[in-house]
Amino acid sequence: MILESFPDAIPFHGLIGGLMIGLAAAVLLLGAGQIAGISGLFARASTLSKSGPPWVLAFAFILSMLAGALIISWINEGVTAIYPSSTILLVVGGLLVGFGTRLGSGCTSGHGVCGMSRFSIRSLVATPVFIGAGIATVALMRAMGVTP
Amino acid sequence: MIRQLPIFILSGLLFGAGLAISGMADPQRVRGFLDVFGDWDPTLLFVMGGAVIVMMLAWPLQRRMLHPLLTNKFQLPSRKDVDRPLIVGATIFGIGWAIAGLCPGPALIGLVLEPISALIFVAAMTVGMAVYRVLPIP
Repeated sequence: MILESFPDAIPFHGLIGGLMIGLAAAVLLLGAGQIAGISGLFARASTLSKSGPPWVLAFAFILSMLAGALIISWINEGVTAIYPSSTILLVVGGLLVGFGTRLGSGCTSGHGVCGMSRFSIRSLVATPVFIGAGIATVALMRAMGVTP
Repeated sequence: MIRQLPIFILSGLLFGAGLAISGMADPQRVRGFLDVFGDWDPTLLFVMGGAVIVMMLAWPLQRRMLHPLLTNKFQLPSRKDVDRPLIVGATIFGIGWAIAGLCPGPALIGLVLEPISALIFVAAMTVGMAVYRVLPIP
């Protein structure tokens, strides 16, 4: 499936992957009573957060997530991942994502998937805010001629 | 507690595999979604849409359950106040997300797909989280 106006988009893969991510979040919610928010689970796994599941469970989740991606990479003989060549952009981006997700209590998965589907007011506000900030940042970088 | 381990492993495997299939492991594609005034790539909408649809079916089930299948209580966020840290945090996250094209999930699976670049990002992200931890923010 391709979208005529957007030849580079992969909507079918996106939808299948999205359904799997939703299923992953549903399994964690109904099986263990936890929100599948990656920033929170990673903070827990790296002992930087006191809330959430026991450390060993958060750690197992993160390792399994890497294993899941590795399996797809083996089956598919690679997964496209074109990273910024600038170390400075990686460092600045990483610092802001780490600090911002903790201050804002979540990221794309916690707010964007789990919170929005629950109609949580905090997530319904946070998600358009981070997407809007992202759109403005990319537009600004484009205007300044900064390419990653 | 250890009874729940298979749930976390299954969920993690599905999450990582789903991210890898979805195209979201690719920072360039994620930036493409945010590039609405340039070369817009709507793929992320399909990913988020698919995930939200499944979770919209899961929440009504959750409300009917007295407790999760393998433990005795749900640990869910209960706050309903939209405060300044939420807005400022989401804004800072959005800026960082756009600069590198990475949010936490894709960055972590990047460790097995594009290890050196992903490690630089994940190390910086961990420092960012540690800074939040030590700052006196309520």
